[in-house]
Parts: sequence; structure tokens; C-alpha cells
Amino acid sequence: MTATLIFGSIDTQSIATASYIVAALLFILSLAGLSRHESARQGVAFGIAGMAIALAATIALATEDAATVAVVLLVVAVAIGAAIGLWRARVVEMTGMPELIALLHSFVGLAAVLVGWNGYFAVENGDHHDLVGSLLDIHHAEVFIGVFIGAVTFTGSIVAYLKLSARIKSAPLMLPAKNWLNLGALVAFVVLTVIFVISPSLPLLIAVTVLALALGWHLVASIGGGDMPVVVSMLNSYSGWAAAASGFLLGNDLLIVTGALVGSSGAYLSYIMCQAMNRSFISVIAGGFGIEAAAAADTDHGEHREIDAAAAAELLTEASSVIITPGYGMAVAQAQYPVAELTRQLRDRGIEVRFGVHPVAGRLPGHMNVLLAEAKVPYDIVLEMDEINDDFADTDVVLVIGANDTVNPAATEDPGSPIAGMPVLRVWEASNVIVFKRSMASGYAGVQNPLFFRDNTQMLFGDAKAKVDEIVGALVAERVPA
Amino acid sequence: MVIGVPRETSAGETRVAATPATVRQLVGLGYDVVVEGGAGALASFDDDAYAAAGATVGSAEQAWRADVVFRVNGPTVEEIGKLKDGATIVALLQPAIRPELVEALARRPITALAMDAVPRISRAQSLDVLSSMANIAGYRAVIEAAHAFGRFFTGQVTAAGKVPPAKVLVAGAGVAGLAAIGAASSLGAIVRATDPRPEVADQVRSLGGEFLSVMELEVSADGYARATSEDYDRLAGEMYTEQAKDVDIIVTTALIPGRPAPKLMTADQVALMRPGSVIVDMAAAMGGNVEGSVPGKAVVTDNGVTIIGYTDLAGRLPAQASQLYGTNLVNLMKLLTPERDGQLVLDFDDVVQRSMTVVRDGERTWPPPPVQVSAAPAARAEPARADEAAPAREPRPGWVRYAAIAVGLLAFGLVTALAPDPLPQHFTVLMLAIVVGYYVIGKVHHALHTPLMSVTNAISGIIVVGAILQLGEQGDTVIRVLATVAILFASINVFGGFAVTRRMLGMFNRG
Repeated sequence: MTATLIFGSIDTQSIATASYIVAALLFILSLAGLSRHESARQGVAFGIAGMAIALAATIALATEDAATVAVVLLVVAVAIGAAIGLWRARVVEMTGMPELIALLHSFVGLAAVLVGWNGYFAVENGDHHDLVGSLLDIHHAEVFIGVFIGAVTFTGSIVAYLKLSARIKSAPLMLPAKNWLNLGALVAFVVLTVIFVISPSLPLLIAVTVLALALGWHLVASIGGGDMPVVVSMLNSYSGWAAAASGFLLGNDLLIVTGALVGSSGAYLSYIMCQAMNRSFISVIAGGFGIEAAAAADTDHGEHREIDAAAAAELLTEASSVIITPGYGMAVAQAQYPVAELTRQLRDRGIEVRFGVHPVAGRLPGHMNVLLAEAKVPYDIVLEMDEINDDFADTDVVLVIGANDTVNPAATEDPGSPIAGMPVLRVWEASNVIVFKRSMASGYAGVQNPLFFRDNTQMLFGDAKAKVDEIVGALVAERVPA
Repeated sequence: MVIGVPRETSAGETRVAATPATVRQLVGLGYDVVVEGGAGALASFDDDAYAAAGATVGSAEQAWRADVVFRVNGPTVEEIGKLKDGATIVALLQPAIRPELVEALARRPITALAMDAVPRISRAQSLDVLSSMANIAGYRAVIEAAHAFGRFFTGQVTAAGKVPPAKVLVAGAGVAGLAAIGAASSLGAIVRATDPRPEVADQVRSLGGEFLSVMELEVSADGYARATSEDYDRLAGEMYTEQAKDVDIIVTTALIPGRPAPKLMTADQVALMRPGSVIVDMAAAMGGNVEGSVPGKAVVTDNGVTIIGYTDLAGRLPAQASQLYGTNLVNLMKLLTPERDGQLVLDFDDVVQRSMTVVRDGERTWPPPPVQVSAAPAARAEPARADEAAPAREPRPGWVRYAAIAVGLLAFGLVTALAPDPLPQHFTVLMLAIVVGYYVIGKVHHALHTPLMSVTNAISGIIVVGAILQLGEQGDTVIRVLATVAILFASINVFGGFAVTRRMLGMFNRG
């Protein structure tokens, strides 16, 4: 199998190994590049280059002495996969980004399961004669671990996808003793692994696959729709670990490095999200950390005040600084374009407009930023909670569009509240707050929001998109002298 | 009923008790309004405007013969005689310091309401003339100071040189003090303020001022202990000495109800100020906060410091002051006219109405019973300290964490040591990659989290490498099928992930 090139010592295997190191470095550069807007595009270019090098080396290595049918299968599979991937990437709505990402995670999980199964079959077919004794045991354990992580990722991501695309109800599934179910599944996995290492058999592999699929399903099904940012980044992490496990199985360092990079990135993002919701990281990883559906005490908060679009427009024109705090409701109402238009109108009048984005706003980390970018809102006026929270006190008008729990003063002021301690945007410190809302229903966490009853808060009821359009209309009409 | 608004007769009074805008509201409450010709002239409201607002412009006689008479200042004895029997007069009567006026009023079968005796409870804020006038006076104090001060308030850098900003010290952060802080800081000055009440510090800061605390309260074993008032006075004196050398303008607003104004600055301290500096003593009428201030006059000291002791600061903005005073009166009439039918009803069970009534139907009712000023002290007894009761996560003792880390490392070390050959290298790679990943990701800008996820997602499609190798190496049909499916799905990830990331990043634009 040694295809002698110019130097005798260089063969496809050593070239592949060298390429893998280069690819791994390029992936690290890619993630580093993504840390800043200025270098983000360059980062993606690095990632693509790394992937191209890794693929080219692998294909060269694999097709060197492979059967024609395998080569044909390879080319066809890559071509179809590429076509589907590029097509989805082109047509996806930015509001649908969380669903797409969840679905893509499930593909990695599925691939990891299949690679794990193949690892088992390869041994059964007697291809790995070099694996003897403890090495063979380790190989079997690696198969199991790879299949387990992959399968959990697969069904977990599928459920997340279904919930995000509203194909199933986003309310958390509340099975009795759900934590014991999860724990039992983990114990069963350990027991099965031990048995499998001692006496490998196909039924055991099937059993663990089914077990992991069920566990993945249950983990995510018991988490509610509002916690999806954590779930999606957690699944991102799992998909990385699945790739890393496959790397162990195949003895491939590139897979290990890449999987670990992705795994730690997802874990870190989950950690940020947990901080933003004042939840324990461990309980999130364990799944079903959500909701004890604490019914909010039915306290009388007093009267709320209403405002109409024309009055809101007037208030905005008199302001000198405005902060907009978007939430998932803006994505649901597809209001990002009118909001961007409103921003342009106000900025043209010399009014300072900024956006305050809570880390868990939306259904994906950074989802609001993508939506606003799509609508051509300049990214340097879109600020993070910590960057903007001290500025609310000096702000004339805050527009709360489709956000609720992330602007709830109860989180800081009412120690008995279910969301107590969660960091929130302190919008109530501004002189005026206008809340866009469909009705007086409470937010995702089921907590009533005292913000709506503050003296400086006015409610603008109706569809966020229609209402923002009305405000923009009023601003334009006022500008053009009749 | 008829409301009469006669002209003010006190020397130097520029205000008027009703403006066209408030007349319209009074008419809306069902009253007929008679305004004496020329009553609003000094406040720039002409008779036509009153007429247009629904008032009758009449003689002084007509205005004084009305059922209800509105005035800014209290009437003279002669004017009391002009009132008809059963009439009601509303004005700033100063009953506490003018007992002879109360006597004179009580000799007639009339009712007299003192606007300056409104209790300071939150419900009565809309009637509180002292607040509305103090607000205007505080603003005007800064304007007077700016007028007398030979420099800019705001700092500038010009071709002709650099101009430093003026430094303003406001003593007392009540309504007038806060208005002065706001006015001075919006003119661009550096504003400092002091007040014996530490709780006003936030209000001072909210208006752009820096709060100077006279003393740090000393902590004793049983909690906070206040130092004695002599200590306070001594420290305050030191602070004024220090500030006098530094600031350009001092506005003093310290008043104690029913007592002469406290002396805040001695002549020696005034002498420390730079020539050209200005002091506005807003308490000049009550004896003055500053030694050497003369009520109603601006005087210049030997070292060139101007001390302004005007007592009519609110009246120097006559239109604004009249409007606010008039609105206070309208709010009073809303309270006294529950049916909105133009009939005045005095309800002695209402603590606000009771407190301000000096004379009722010729019967002296001053002083009123004391009022529990506000419920605030009771509520303050149990301040909601959110962070105390918040369900904080139980912090585990430090040694548990270190022990857990040690056990984890030891276990990992053992596993690695026992593992056969390729595994330790793989662990090394895994651990290093995790650490690298953590540090690389930790710096990612929050706005790029979604692109980060989609790019890591694309990268995790690297699992395609494993599937390709399996496809190439194995001849088994099952393996080939499974590997092909794996390649297909992983390829979707690789291509889709990168493409969608590029698309997203293309949308991010700097403003």
C-alpha cells in the first residue's frame, strides 16, 4: 500500500496525518476568528480550508485501494449531502435558524451512531486482527460510548427540532420520577457496557442504541420551549463529544481534536446561558432541569396603562435616547424589519437608538443578533445585557418588543419569585417603557410581570409587527408635511 | 359660584393667582371666573387672553366680591374688608409667622385657606405650592448666579484657549436644591451637593451632581450609631472651608420649618472664595444661611464675592410661577368640588383640607391638629432586601471542591496509566483540545454566538472522515451502506453549516 512519491518515506498515510494536524490548527484558527466581527469571515474561510484539507487527505487515503463501488458510493453520498446542505443553507429563514441548527446536530448524532455500529461490524468481520486482549475490550467500550452519545444527540436534537418548529408542543413533558428515569438509563448503560465488553453481541448493541435513543428523547422532551437556547448549545456540545468518541474508536486524532473543540464550545455556551438564567450548569447537563411550574402568587399589581401607536411615535420623537429590548416575540411576529426601519427613522432624527439583548432572548444563543443583522441593523448598536444595563437610568424610552421574563423586575426585587436571582435587563429604570404585547398573559415562566403595572410603563397591545409598522407610519407621516 | 382673581398689591409681586390656562380648567369645574383688569400684566398674561379662556374681566371691586377669592399673597386688613360675608379666600397666608393676619381674618364671617399650609403627604403633592415654587426658585438661583458670575459654566477648548468648567456647590438637596443641581449641571458645570440626609445621595447623582457626605457614620457594635450634632457641625464647617477655596458658585437652600435658617457659612469662609465667585443664599428671607447676606439684595464682599439674597426668586419667573401656582389652585378646587358643579364643599374630615383651613366661617381653626406626615417611616422598618432572601445556591466549602478536583485528576491519571498504548496519546490530545477550545471560545463576542454554533456544527461534521475511512477499508455490504448513509448526513452538516454561517456573517454590518 505504499505509493512511493518523491521521497520514499512519504506515503498517503503520513501525508494524511500531516494534513490532519494542519486541519486541526485551521479549525482552532477558525473558532478564534469568530470571536470578533472583523475577523469572523476570515474565521469561516479557515474552517472551510481545514475541512477541505481533511476531506481531501481522507478521500485520498480511503480510495487508494478501495473498490470502485465504494468510490462511487462515496462520491454520490458527498454530492447528495452537499446539495441538500447548500440548498437548506440558502433557503432557511433567519427566524428558522434554531430549527436548522438542531436538525444539523441530529445528523452528527446519527453519523456517530452509524460509525459506531460499523466499528462493531468491522471487528465481527475479523478486520482488526491487531486488536487483542485489553485493546479489544477498549474498542468495544468505545463502540458503546460512541453509539450512546451519538444516539442521545440524535433523538435529543430531533425533539428540539420538533419543538422549535412547533411540530410538537413545546411544554415540558412531565413524566413521574423523570430524574430517576434518566439516572436509571445511565446505570443501565454502564451495566450494558460491562456486559458488552465481556461478551459482545448484536442484541446488546441494539439494546443500548434503543436505550440511548429513548434517553435523548426524554431528556429534551422534559425541557420547555423557553429553555431552548441552553438545550441547543448543550446538544451542540453533545455532538462534539460524539465526534470525539468516534475519534477514539477509529484512533483518529483529528476527530478527537475537532470533537473536543466543538464539545467544549457548546459546553461553554451552555454555561453562559445558565448564568443568564441563574440555573445550575450540572442540572442542565443532566436534563429536565426546567420547571416546577410554580404558580405565581395572585397578587394585585394594580392597573396597567395603555398607549396607542400614534402616542408612542410622539413619545419616541421627543426622546433623545431609546433602547429596544427584543425577545422571542419579535422573531415570532417577524417584526425585525419594521424594527430596523423604526431604528433608521429615529437615528435619522438624531435620536440615539441602541438594542439591549439578553443572553437567553430567542431560542438560540445570539439569535436576536442574527435577526437584527438580517434586517440591516448595524451590529455596533446591538449591545449585550452587561454592556447596557447601567444605561437604562439615562434612557428616555425603552421599547420592549416580545420580551417578558428577561425584563421582569421581580427577578431582582421579589425573592419569592420563581425567577428570583436571574439577571434581567433593568428596563424599568428608564423614564418611559413601552411594552409591545399581544395580551396581558404571563410569560414563558408563568410569572406575572410587575413591569406592566409600573407608573412609567405603558402597554401597546397587538401584533408587534403591525404596531411597529404603525409607529413607523406615524413617524413618516409627521415628517412629510401634509 | 364665582371665583375672583384680584390684582396683587404687594410691592414687587409679579405673579398672579390664575392664568388663562387655569381659568379654562376652573370654568370646566363649573365656576364663573372674574379677573381684575391688568391682574396678569406683570406675568405677561393680558386681559384678552383671560377673556378668551372664559373669564370675565372686571374691576377690583367685582373680583373681591366673588364667592371665592384667589390670591398669591395674603390680603391686607383693608382688603379683608372688601370680602363679602361667607366668602372664601385662598392665598399664601403664612399663618405660622403672621398671627395678626389670622386674627384679622377671623374677625370676618369668612373662610380662609392657606396654600402654604398644605401637609406634605404624597396625596397632596399636586397642591404643594412650596414644592412648585422651590423648584422654580432653585432654577432661578442658578440663573442669577450665572448672571453675576463672569465666566462660562461649561468647560470649552477654543482657539483662544481652554475654559475650565465652573464648580458649583449646592447646600441642601431638597426640592430647590435638586432643581439647582439639575440646572447647573445642564449648563455644564461640575456640581457637588451636600445634605445631612444620606438617602438623597441617589437623587443628587440622578441629576448629574456629586454627593459630598459630611461624615461617614461610625459603626458601633449594635449597628449604626449617629455621631453627635456638634461633631456634625464641626465636620460640615471643615467641609465648607475646604469647598470655599475650590468652588466658584455656592447655592444654599437650608431651611428648618418654623425656625430661623441655619448658618452654614461664616464670613471667614466667604472670604476664602476667589474674587468673582457668587453665593446665592436662598434662605435670606429666613435669616440667611450665609453670614453677610442681605434679604432682597445682592451685595459684594471686600474680596469681590457676590452674595445674592433675593427673596423673590420664584417671582422672577412670573409666567412660570403663576402657571404652577394656578395649577396648584386648580387641583385644590378639584378636591373641593367633588361634584364638579361649581359648588365649593369643605370637608373637615379630610386631613388636607383641615390642615390648610386657617379660618372657617369666622372661627379660628389655626393651628390644625398635627398630621402623620407620611407612612414611609413605618414601611422603612422592613426594607425588602432581595439579595438576602434570594435562594442563593449553597456554596460548598472550598476543600470539597479541591478534594473533588484531586480525586478526579487522580482517577484520570490512573486510567491513563493503566490504559494500553494508543489511549494515553488520545487522552493527551483530547485534554489539550478541550483546554484550547475553552480559551478560544471564551473570547467570542456575544453577537456571534449563532454563527459560532453553526460553524462548530459544520466542523463537527468532521465525523465524515471516520465514515469515509470505514467505507474505503471495509468490503462488507452492511458497513458500506451504513457508512454511505453516515457520509450523506455528515456532508449535509459540513456544507450546510459553512454555507449558512457565511450567509449569516454577510448580514452583519457596522453602522
